[in-house]
Amino acid sequence: MKKNWLKSVSLFTIVTMLTGCDPLLVLDPKGPQAQVQAKDIMLSIGIMSFIVLIVFVILAYMLMKYRASKQSPDYKPPHIKGSTMVEIICVGIPVLIVAYMSIISVQSNYKVESTPEKYKDEKPLVIYASTSNWKWHFSYPKEDIETVNYLYIPAERPIEFKLYSYGPITSFWIPQLGGQKYAMADMVNTLHLAADMPGEFMGRNANFNGKGFAENTFNVTAVTHDEFDDWVKEVKETADLLTEEKFNTLLEPGHVGQSTYNGTHLTFLPAPEGENGGHQHGSSHVKDHVSQ
Amino acid sequence: MDYFERFAIPHPSPAIYASMVAICLTVIAIIVGLTYFKKWGYLWREWLTTVDHKRIGIMYLISAILMLFRGGADAIMMRAQMAVPDNKLLDAQHYNEIFTTHGTVMIIFMAMPFIMAFMNYIVPLQIGARDVAFPRLNALSFWLFFMGAMLLNISFVIGGSPDAGWTNYFPLASNEFSQSVGTNYYLFALQISGLGTLITGINMIVTILKMRAPGMTLMKMPMFTWSSFVANVIIVFAFPVLTVALVMGTFDRLFATNFFTTSNGGMDMLWANFFWVWGHPEVYILILPAFGLYSEIISTFSGRNLYGYKSMVGSMVIISFLSFLVWTHHFFTMGQGALTNSIFSITTMAIAVPTGVKIFNWLFTLWKGKIVFTTPMLYSMLFIPTFTIGGVTGVMLGMSAADYQYHNTMFLVAHFHMVIIPGVVFAMLAGLHYYWPKMFGFMLNEKIGKVTAWIIAISTLLAFMPMFFSGLDGQARRMYTYSASTGFGMWNMISFIGAIGLTIGFMLIVYNVYYSIRYAPRNVGSDPWDARTLEWATPSPVPYYNFARVPHVISTEALWDAKYRQHDLFPKQYENIHMPNNSGVPFILGCIFFAWGFSFVFGMWIPTIVTTVGIFICMAHRSLEKDPGHYVSVEKVKATESKLRGSQS
Repeated sequence: MKKNWLKSVSLFTIVTMLTGCDPLLVLDPKGPQAQVQAKDIMLSIGIMSFIVLIVFVILAYMLMKYRASKQSPDYKPPHIKGSTMVEIICVGIPVLIVAYMSIISVQSNYKVESTPEKYKDEKPLVIYASTSNWKWHFSYPKEDIETVNYLYIPAERPIEFKLYSYGPITSFWIPQLGGQKYAMADMVNTLHLAADMPGEFMGRNANFNGKGFAENTFNVTAVTHDEFDDWVKEVKETADLLTEEKFNTLLEPGHVGQSTYNGTHLTFLPAPEGENGGHQHGSSHVKDHVSQ
Repeated sequence: MDYFERFAIPHPSPAIYASMVAICLTVIAIIVGLTYFKKWGYLWREWLTTVDHKRIGIMYLISAILMLFRGGADAIMMRAQMAVPDNKLLDAQHYNEIFTTHGTVMIIFMAMPFIMAFMNYIVPLQIGARDVAFPRLNALSFWLFFMGAMLLNISFVIGGSPDAGWTNYFPLASNEFSQSVGTNYYLFALQISGLGTLITGINMIVTILKMRAPGMTLMKMPMFTWSSFVANVIIVFAFPVLTVALVMGTFDRLFATNFFTTSNGGMDMLWANFFWVWGHPEVYILILPAFGLYSEIISTFSGRNLYGYKSMVGSMVIISFLSFLVWTHHFFTMGQGALTNSIFSITTMAIAVPTGVKIFNWLFTLWKGKIVFTTPMLYSMLFIPTFTIGGVTGVMLGMSAADYQYHNTMFLVAHFHMVIIPGVVFAMLAGLHYYWPKMFGFMLNEKIGKVTAWIIAISTLLAFMPMFFSGLDGQARRMYTYSASTGFGMWNMISFIGAIGLTIGFMLIVYNVYYSIRYAPRNVGSDPWDARTLEWATPSPVPYYNFARVPHVISTEALWDAKYRQHDLFPKQYENIHMPNNSGVPFILGCIFFAWGFSFVFGMWIPTIVTTVGIFICMAHRSLEKDPGHYVSVEKVKATESKLRGSQS
């Protein structure tokens, strides 16, 4: 009985894994942070499969050997007190496994929370990514340009995203470049990502924020350094200026397509960061906004 | 006109109108039926005013099963909507309301009353008590829970359902972004039923500490009682946090405070912290009693004592402690930095150790046993592998760097369904089949029961395993639709098929109840499973005073010792039995709380004040009342016993 079960599960896994010819997005990393995460995921799947296997084997063995139908009718199961040896094994091995995984987890935490080792020498590109229902605003302060609902980034250069929100909590996620982080109204979160090669990636808000949530996505295009510089130049020459008035209309709830602007909203509506470690408790950007 | 607009539904659909009609017809049918069969008096005397823990347990059970179908209807609608890409079955708003009520109903109004049903029914029997410590308070707990549940359930026909997710994250749940009264319903439904739960927590702790039969030391308590005890301690520590958070949320919505807003000093992550400081222990409140049930069932049907009793108790105590130290893993991605994430990552993974100990103890309980595959045992044996898959994926989620990729995706949805369904729902179904003869005096059909167990287990895998893959492929949870190019279609279709399987499984349980009521043989005796603990020492169904003579206990398995080791369970002498009187006040107070919550939801202040006064009048009534209960005479006890025991053979 248990064997069939085991067989069908493993068959199910193999079949489903093989029929999807494209690898699962998260397990197909295109940047160093996503690589760290994919490695951790594969490692933990390995260790955990081993544990699942042990439980299945013991269960199958017990059910085969000790079922009533296989025993004589007058067999009386004994009263068994626990054994210290068994308990040491049952506690000890999981403790070792958890300890090992904790070490891996802590190391990875520090890796994903800092500029990728590989690109330490490169100067990170800072992009402010903010959300309003149900849009993404990407400000490039150094380049002094802003895009809506799409990202243009140079490959092989670390990117420092500064995340915050003009409404409900959202989560900035580009699965192939790295894991997500929340964008919230009263503080700025930093997320370090990088792309190893040029390409197109899917990005979305992963945290439910109301009616337009499903369509709260953006495209990410990673290009070479030169192409990126050309793109910035082109934007500076052709795009309209982002006025406060224009930005306020963008903040109103609804869906808009992709657009590009000269200048960023940071000049007239700064991000909630700075003193108090970024914890402005929602007051600063409103105050600044009013006073100007 | 203003009134009409306030009570109108913001997003009506044919399904909602159909439900309205169905609700009205059901209510009319119930009223006509009760009047026609002249059952109003019976209903009032025997059920609405009862303080008997067993009746209250059964009312919890019925409510839980009703809510299982209510939440299940939501689930099947969601899976149907997601089954194919670009589906137009539901719009975004409708889908949002459905997943919000699905989560809320399933956790608060299905799983909670399910465990409460068993706690109420079994704990006093297992410890040889006649009732819980505060019987009338127990009735109040039930009615508060029930009225809370009703309040949430009328939301979709009056004023609109909550739509900010069962976690109700602010500022999404604030007036600014959720304009219907749905979130008010959520806040008051949870508040009222949460009060009931908190009262139960206190009641059960006192019951277990003070009302055990002579000889039953703490380390001789049966495992289900131990698990209930630990769960209730968690309730008493966790629920006040929910109470406070809900009050703050209510103030934000109704009185324009700024605890969780996006401006004026509001802190949106504060709600998340409060919610999960309650919410994470909450999952252990659900799972520990379920583990207790498995311990009873596995030991009974292995014909053996539970392996590692002490380590079972120890692991539960450790789990209860750790459950308060892991809430941050629900928002690893909130930007608290590598150090904090590391600490909570380690505490989270640490819970796997005591949980693993329990799994291995169950496996070793099978060792040298004599395993009989009854329906409850089948559920328990299907639980172990399914839950293990859910459990290990929990460890994977506990690695915070990797969680950046799992967070808010279908992977997470798969994980918690793969632990809660086998962990809690299987346990409750196992318990339902196991304790049914004790509750009602006949067995549920074994053949239908086993087929159902297999269908439910296989469908669970079919419904939730694909979500691990779609999650890793980038499918975020709570999306109402997706395009064909994402490739999520296949996974969601398999899930939908699994959901249909689950529906069939749950329907079969109803059929089984119907079939068994009609055809099952009645005289099953007090101990049909050859069980080991005290609850099986009473006649079935159990008389209202539980034990005619208070048992005395020498081990965790007093009944087993009495049956096979010449232990004298009961003293020779009968005594008069003191029992509490019925009372209508808990039911009335529950109704007033319902009206109070409803008035608050719509900000109708005069009714709010009137009902608040009513609540205090009920409390004053109780303070001034002199009610010493009543005695059941020895003759009456003897007569009842001989009638019950006599009809057994």
